[in-house]
Amino acid sequence: MPTFVRTEKCDGCKGQDRTACMYICPHDLMKLDKDGSETGHAMKSYNQEPDQCWECYSCIKICPQQAIEARPYADIVPLGASVQPLRGTDSIMWTIKFRNGTMKRFKFPIRTTPEGSIDPYGGKPAADMAKINEPGFFVQVNGYRAGDPSELIRK
Amino acid sequence: MAEFGNPEVVEEEVDILLIGGGMACCGAAYEIGPWVQAAGGDIKVKLVDKAAMDRSGAVAQGLSAINTYIGPEQDPADYARMVSNDLMGITRDDLAYDLGRHVDESVHLFEEWGLPIWKTDENGERHDGSRGMTPLKDGGKPVRSGKWQIMINGESYKWIVAEAAKKALGMDNIQERIFIVKLVNDKNDSNRIAGAVGFSVRDHKLFVFKAKAILLAAGGCVNIFRPRSVGEGQGRAWYPVWNVGSTYAMAAEAGAEMTMMENRFVPTRFKDGYGPVGAWFLLFKSKATNALGEAYMVRNKEMLDDYPPYGQAAVPASCLRNHLMIKEMKEGRGPIWMDTVSALAALRETLSPREVKHLEAEAWEDFLDMCIGQCGIWAGENIEPEKKNSELMPTEPYLLGSHSGCCGIWTSGPEDVGAPTDEAMDGVPEHLTKGWNWGYRGMTTVSGLFTAGDGVGASGHKFSSGSHAEGRMAAKAMVKYVMDNKDYSPELDTDVDTLIEEIYRPVRNYLEHKDYTTAIDINPNYITPRMLQFRLQKVMDEYVAGVATYYTTNEHMLALAEQKLEMLKEDALKMRAKDLHELLRAWENYHRILTAEAHMKHIQFREESRYPGFYYRMDKNFVDEENWKCFVNSIYDKESKTYKCFKRAHVDLVDKSKLFK
Repeated sequence: MPTFVRTEKCDGCKGQDRTACMYICPHDLMKLDKDGSETGHAMKSYNQEPDQCWECYSCIKICPQQAIEARPYADIVPLGASVQPLRGTDSIMWTIKFRNGTMKRFKFPIRTTPEGSIDPYGGKPAADMAKINEPGFFVQVNGYRAGDPSELIRK
Repeated sequence: MAEFGNPEVVEEEVDILLIGGGMACCGAAYEIGPWVQAAGGDIKVKLVDKAAMDRSGAVAQGLSAINTYIGPEQDPADYARMVSNDLMGITRDDLAYDLGRHVDESVHLFEEWGLPIWKTDENGERHDGSRGMTPLKDGGKPVRSGKWQIMINGESYKWIVAEAAKKALGMDNIQERIFIVKLVNDKNDSNRIAGAVGFSVRDHKLFVFKAKAILLAAGGCVNIFRPRSVGEGQGRAWYPVWNVGSTYAMAAEAGAEMTMMENRFVPTRFKDGYGPVGAWFLLFKSKATNALGEAYMVRNKEMLDDYPPYGQAAVPASCLRNHLMIKEMKEGRGPIWMDTVSALAALRETLSPREVKHLEAEAWEDFLDMCIGQCGIWAGENIEPEKKNSELMPTEPYLLGSHSGCCGIWTSGPEDVGAPTDEAMDGVPEHLTKGWNWGYRGMTTVSGLFTAGDGVGASGHKFSSGSHAEGRMAAKAMVKYVMDNKDYSPELDTDVDTLIEEIYRPVRNYLEHKDYTTAIDINPNYITPRMLQFRLQKVMDEYVAGVATYYTTNEHMLALAEQKLEMLKEDALKMRAKDLHELLRAWENYHRILTAEAHMKHIQFREESRYPGFYYRMDKNFVDEENWKCFVNSIYDKESKTYKCFKRAHVDLVDKSKLFK
């Protein structure tokens, strides 16, 4: 399901050097056509290698203009369907349109804390150098499973 | 001013370099800070990722489950037993056991950071992870979709884990869009790591790093075999298409001992979209059948007895489940169906209308969280799972060490679980370590080179959470290594100019020859990375047990593959790069070739078919416990550019017979 960029919606992230989709694509597929020489659409982005698209939807989810959609793989899927998300700060809404017109909508939570609020070492102890040769991490959050020593048959 | 063809060269020295930005390196980035502080704070750490950490690695798209959560009721030994049996008996119990005792620590942090984890209430009803129920660390009950798996609302799983990692390490110490393509050994010790080189895929800059210790955790390997979809759909690989074997290729070239590179994973998934089946089998209790509606796991049950004891566990090894299914396909009783209709109908009988609605959402979320493309296929083919069944299909082969596979690098394990400290088998090259641990958890046989996640071989089933935990273990050990080697000053064994020329060769090839012809892609002086990849995929598919031959090969086909891969590797030096994006692809495909070659050489060396259902050597179509219940390891010789395989002895550290009682 390669992604495609809607001409009328993409604003090239307002003339910045790099667009949000370029920033996020894990496979370096999205490209800003600065002068229009590659697509005929200056200052808009496009998927430069659609057959390498994993359909991870990272670009679709991040686009501030909601200018990116996906068209299911033409070599596999009958035409007419779409799967489109709207990702918010704590949930994501999905709209699924079937070839036969059936529509489904779902909403799922995506995180329980405000974005950017993680305090990685807040309330966590310092590492204890005396324990660097022992199993376990610098912090324990009730998840270390010491195991039944009798299970280790060669020890 | 740097421009294409005339890049700027940036040289930088750090103490610890983390290569990759997936779950393993995010774990390392989190764990390393406090240990660096405790060591006095004078250790410089840097992370480089070829993509953006918010969405890089195998978890980029999200996940609908955490596949490794031990929980207070199970023992790490139970986990090590499961890993072993699923991988046909040849895994390192020390690595699996160690992972099992650490992994839940990372899961509890994910929940603290904001990952929604489904919970079961006192009435047994399921709730999504946004309800503020008791966290796992305080005794909250997860929703088990299997013995080891727990369900999550994981669309932002990687985003959350990356936020913690980025804050922990600091963005000053992180550079994104830097693709490391080659490790460099030390001038005074060829078995020691001294640095790494790569380039920016955004700016015209080449990077030469020196480091005392390096964590190489850049994922598994995808698309070395011709995929079932060869048009637009070739990007719809089961594992992420950006996992290109960089971990294995760079480690091998640096002299690290590889292990079990013959192992592969051929997942059975929803056809074409490769949507996950775990929740369907385990949570929704769905059955897989042949075209006649017969459950092949029942119909062909006796075939499991051909492979004792691995077929006789309560959950037979993954490859054997494929083995039973492939029989149906080969004998003309396909297609294979996932009977979603009956499964959902059965569940509806006992549920309230509210719960039925929730169930439907759960089924869709399973795909939407981690494999959106499958929803596109369902919508395009008008498939509603309660009304219409879906086809299953075994995919093209994948190489990985963190999911249900165990290829990777031979790695130092824990010292307190009874692992061997000597080697019982002959033929191991003299310069290599003996036994299963050599001082630093996660270190390869190359001094200072560490790995985690898909990089650690002979284990497997660590998945997202385990890869994170393994990165943390490696981070701690790397700090110890740097402290123990305070006086070491890395010196590169190759001069910077030579390294630069090598990295940039595809660009030079292009610039030198581009005007020879009028068609940019057809030129006798160079090959495009894309065509080189097609050549690799054709060889692997047709000779090294891809889908074209129903996963079969033999020594004669392997010999041909060897010849063809040798020429392919020579031609890799003639790849062209017309821009930075293509330079990325060129190096990715070089990594794929070296990984593919290791896979082929290991299959050739192991004179049996250890993984029926994943691959068959038809000339040795049996499991030979007497001669081959051992690790097959290898070393790549940079000078002769060849792999040399040898055996290492396998021993059990936990009692496997408990699986069969």
